[in-house]
Amino acid sequence: MTNRNRPGVGRRSVLKGAAAATAVAGFPFVSRAENKPIKMGMVTIQSGRFAMIGSSSSKGALMEIDKFNAAGGLNGRKIELIIRDSKGKPEEAARLAREFANSDGCEVIFDADSSAAAFAIQEVAKETGALTIHMNSETSSLTADPKLHVPTAFRSARQGIHDSIAGGSYAGEIAKQKKLNKWMGCSPDYAYGRDSNNLFFKYLKRNHKDAEVIGETWPKLAQPDYTEQLTKILQTKPQALYSCFWGGDLTAFIDQSSIYNLFAQMDVFAINVADYAILTAIKNLPKGIHSGSRYLATFPKTKENADWSAAYRAKFNNEFPLNWSWENSVGAQFVIEALRKTNSTDPKKLAEALKGASIDTPFGVGGKITMRGDDHTIVNYATGWGQTIQKDPYVPDVKAVDWKVILELEDEWKKEMKYT
Amino acid sequence: MDLSALGNCLISTSCLITQTTSGLIIGLLLFMVAAGVSLIFGVLKVVNFAHGTFYMLGAYFAYTAYQITDNYAVAVLAGGLGVAIFGLIFERLLISRVYGSPVLMQILVCYGVILILDDVVKLIWGPDFLSFGMPEAFRSLPIVFAGGVIPVFYLFLILVTLVIAALLGLLITRTRYGKIIRAAAVNPTMVSALGINTGVIYASVFVLGGLLAGLAGGLAAPVRSLTAGMGLAIVIESFIVTVIGGMGSVAGALVGSLLIGLVRSFGSIGFPLFTEGLMFLMMAVVLILKPSGLFGREGR
Repeated sequence: MTNRNRPGVGRRSVLKGAAAATAVAGFPFVSRAENKPIKMGMVTIQSGRFAMIGSSSSKGALMEIDKFNAAGGLNGRKIELIIRDSKGKPEEAARLAREFANSDGCEVIFDADSSAAAFAIQEVAKETGALTIHMNSETSSLTADPKLHVPTAFRSARQGIHDSIAGGSYAGEIAKQKKLNKWMGCSPDYAYGRDSNNLFFKYLKRNHKDAEVIGETWPKLAQPDYTEQLTKILQTKPQALYSCFWGGDLTAFIDQSSIYNLFAQMDVFAINVADYAILTAIKNLPKGIHSGSRYLATFPKTKENADWSAAYRAKFNNEFPLNWSWENSVGAQFVIEALRKTNSTDPKKLAEALKGASIDTPFGVGGKITMRGDDHTIVNYATGWGQTIQKDPYVPDVKAVDWKVILELEDEWKKEMKYT
Repeated sequence: MDLSALGNCLISTSCLITQTTSGLIIGLLLFMVAAGVSLIFGVLKVVNFAHGTFYMLGAYFAYTAYQITDNYAVAVLAGGLGVAIFGLIFERLLISRVYGSPVLMQILVCYGVILILDDVVKLIWGPDFLSFGMPEAFRSLPIVFAGGVIPVFYLFLILVTLVIAALLGLLITRTRYGKIIRAAAVNPTMVSALGINTGVIYASVFVLGGLLAGLAGGLAAPVRSLTAGMGLAIVIESFIVTVIGGMGSVAGALVGSLLIGLVRSFGSIGFPLFTEGLMFLMMAVVLILKPSGLFGREGR
């Protein structure tokens, strides 16, 4: 006979006990989930000639991430930034991005690599659906070409077409004043170099009808010696030269050009000079080089920008912030604002929140940058051109370019390219 | 392809002078590295893929010496001597263990050394590129001769590398040491049987190769960006030179380097989009017509 009233081990007691045990054991589990870090994987270049991309990109992103974590994160969940080196190889960059999404449990991928890698990572974003922010690639087609559009991929970097319109507009004015009609191009032979060169000349000619490109030369990316290009330029005798070299390539090009006295023989428009990595590395910076504003603590000339630069230098051993620093800082800030807005790490929800979002930032015109909803790229960042001097502030008088003009011409360009 | 531009250049004195100087400077700096590669292969039959790393170390040693002394001559010597010592250590500790091993094993050892040293450079000098800066003595306007432009610094480099090439030529052809090296390249067993310590000879060839590559790194530092991995491009071109000139021939390395320099220089005028291709085309033609290279010995 069974004693139904027997205390202790009846069905109900077992159920109650199980519920209690679940309650006790379950709470720490829930708590662990809440404190689980939000992993974000950054693919970047940490070795070789372009290693400064990695160091400045990660520092730029950390400016925002550390602030977010110090403020308590998202319901106690802090961001863990995992940084890996692609060594500048697009196939390696794609592999790392895939690993972040599929194996490492990263909820956001930061592509802080070169343009060549960005296209490979865009494919990974398409495959995996991971929220992907291209933080350095400036090649316009990455976000402008609708065939490449990925709903969860965005760009927080400046864009080649914007810079070219700005550069063409500035150079056009100078060319008109100084009657600079014969031009030459010398840029690295890859997607960004070709894109930047062709668009710059397109908008130069629009602003100065007499401008004619009488020669072009395309050295390899990371080519150690530019003697053959320099002598070709000297033989061609242009009145002005455009170049979009960057990083170590740019310093080598300037050093080698200086011994040919190239800067005294023509006006040089080198879009990437006005960045502290270049301005401080070159021992004898030639004066009078026309450059786009990459990052300068004095442009925009606001207290917020100067303070941000000072905070960056204080945090990172007095290192100067670079163009990649602000681009990555903006990318991280957009993601953080989206996390806060959606209270979620779901890539689709974050992507929805990013479309058309605006952030308050020292790098925007009037202190704001917007992530455009239709093509997922930023607009309204401060951009302008000026001429170098040998000492700080290096480019004392930056002429800002009006975004109304940039957006109008960008629309035309998109139609010409059949992107819209 | 712009053959009319090339034609115009060939009949213009100013263009000829500018482009020839440019070809000489590209070629002679390449020779300094390629000569070591060629010697090491000729004598030791070792494919030293790490030779570009020697060049990189030379540039970094020179950079540090220049920071300390502010003297370019001291910096170049420090680059050369530092890498010569490194070459000795490299040969004794690593490469001597793979003499006679399959080429794949030698390449693996060299590749490992390249990766390790690139990281060591990053640890010591940092991951960002460094700029050496032009020494005060060469901060002057280029010389204009018959309309051609010759930078003073490049004129200096051409003279120094030509002197080094001449000294190297004399060392190899006119001295007892040179004779032993040439003999060791042909029949090391016989050299050993004559009572000559081939181990010392082998190590000295690495020291010589290291010295040349280190000097090249130091000499080129004022006009090149210093970065980990900077040796890769030059070692590939050095092997092309070695194939064109003939394995183990210093004269071949000189002619091969100058040919590459001139092809690059004039190629940039006539074939601006195919300059790299021209180098490989030249190598292919030499391989078809004379597989042992222009100065190589048949059946070596």
